[in-house]
Amino acid sequence: MNVFRAALYKELLLQWRTRARVLSVVVFGATALLLMSFAIGPDAGALRMHAGGFLWLALLLSSTLTLEASLEAETEQQALEGLLLLPVPPTILFYAKALANTLQLALLGAVLVPVAIVLYGAETARPLALFGLLVLGAAGLAAPGTLYATMTARARAKQTLLPLLLFPLVVPVLIAATKASSLLILGDPMRQLAAWLTLLAAFCGIYWTLCGLMFGLIVED
Amino acid sequence: MILPRLASPNLAFALVALGVLLLLAGSYYGLFVSPQERYMGDVQRIMYVHVPSAWNALLLFTLAMGCALAYLWRGGWGWDAHHEALLEASAVLSFLLCVQGSIWAKPTWGVWWDWDPRLTTTAVMLLALLGILALRSAVDDPEKRATWSAVATIIAFVDVPIVYFSVRWWNSLHQMQSSPETVSAPFIVPLRLNAFGVLALMGGLALLRARVAARRTAKELGPALPPMPAGAALEA
Repeated sequence: MNVFRAALYKELLLQWRTRARVLSVVVFGATALLLMSFAIGPDAGALRMHAGGFLWLALLLSSTLTLEASLEAETEQQALEGLLLLPVPPTILFYAKALANTLQLALLGAVLVPVAIVLYGAETARPLALFGLLVLGAAGLAAPGTLYATMTARARAKQTLLPLLLFPLVVPVLIAATKASSLLILGDPMRQLAAWLTLLAAFCGIYWTLCGLMFGLIVED
Repeated sequence: MILPRLASPNLAFALVALGVLLLLAGSYYGLFVSPQERYMGDVQRIMYVHVPSAWNALLLFTLAMGCALAYLWRGGWGWDAHHEALLEASAVLSFLLCVQGSIWAKPTWGVWWDWDPRLTTTAVMLLALLGILALRSAVDDPEKRATWSAVATIIAFVDVPIVYFSVRWWNSLHQMQSSPETVSAPFIVPLRLNAFGVLALMGGLALLRARVAARRTAKELGPALPPMPAGAALEA
């Protein structure tokens, strides 16, 4: 547990020291949110109806930037190889990195929600539930995202490769998170929220386990 | 490196020939012998290539996943070569599946595309397969390429049923799967002929493609070093 705490501390410290870059990701996400309204037109009702989807698309697009950045420092001067020489199982390194990425994405989402409220009138009566959903959805993006970013950071054409691998995979996350956010924003008369949250939680459970098992294989070569 | 043991090219060519023959027979039967379907008319005949493409796309993806597991578990460049070949064969069939589905959907449903679970899952599967193939082409080190793409294949394979069920909850229109009990005999004969035809053709092509992949990997890994002559170590 101490090892995990140290690895998590290292990840969070790394993110804190590169916080200037996070600001540009926030601006990127807000810009994406703004641009999506132009695809729909100035119809306030339609914009509010699609606000949940816009929020998750903006978060998904921004996630490729944060995931890529979280691995960039590891590839410089073979830092990852140095890390692997420590008596720490690679699984622990993976979970620390994925958890740090989850937190970063959830916070990014929490910053984008007010932007969505201003632009689309996407208020919700259950802000805490929305934040819980942001954490769950961020976890769904972060586990496969961290694994794939570890591969693509050391491949050619990494900027295009990460979205190419990640986007088809996280279609269930996008569907479930969008539906759940829309239910939180527009109301849930049929009580469907729990079903979508269960799907999201199941996806997270499967991929946090699977990616944790696989991470050792892709770094120990 | 020595080339891994692969199936003989004669077997691959025989499979390709068998596949072409079965497809010719199945298509002749499907186009000229089997009766016109009552509601959809001649459009229904696309089923004779559509359904075999669907079955074989999934079958070959499953086999690719098997090769990926075998490579990670046991190692061996033969598994990697077959993994690559089967990924490509499955991607070709998934692409054909989307195209045939669209051609069928336009006159039947009135739209080229619909957000139905099977249609959407096929599109997602095609994109996932293309992503893995792109990953393979972007990694130069053969060992990393083999391991990483094997991991990506396993992860994508686990995703397919989750995508299917999430899209099914999200929206549904596709007609239910037919089974031999709901399809009469004159429709089944061309379906079965073509299913085995596509399997033999793509299986044969995949075996040939695996030989190409194995040769490329062998070249990348370089020739085996010649045995060191006695006393040479000291001079070096």
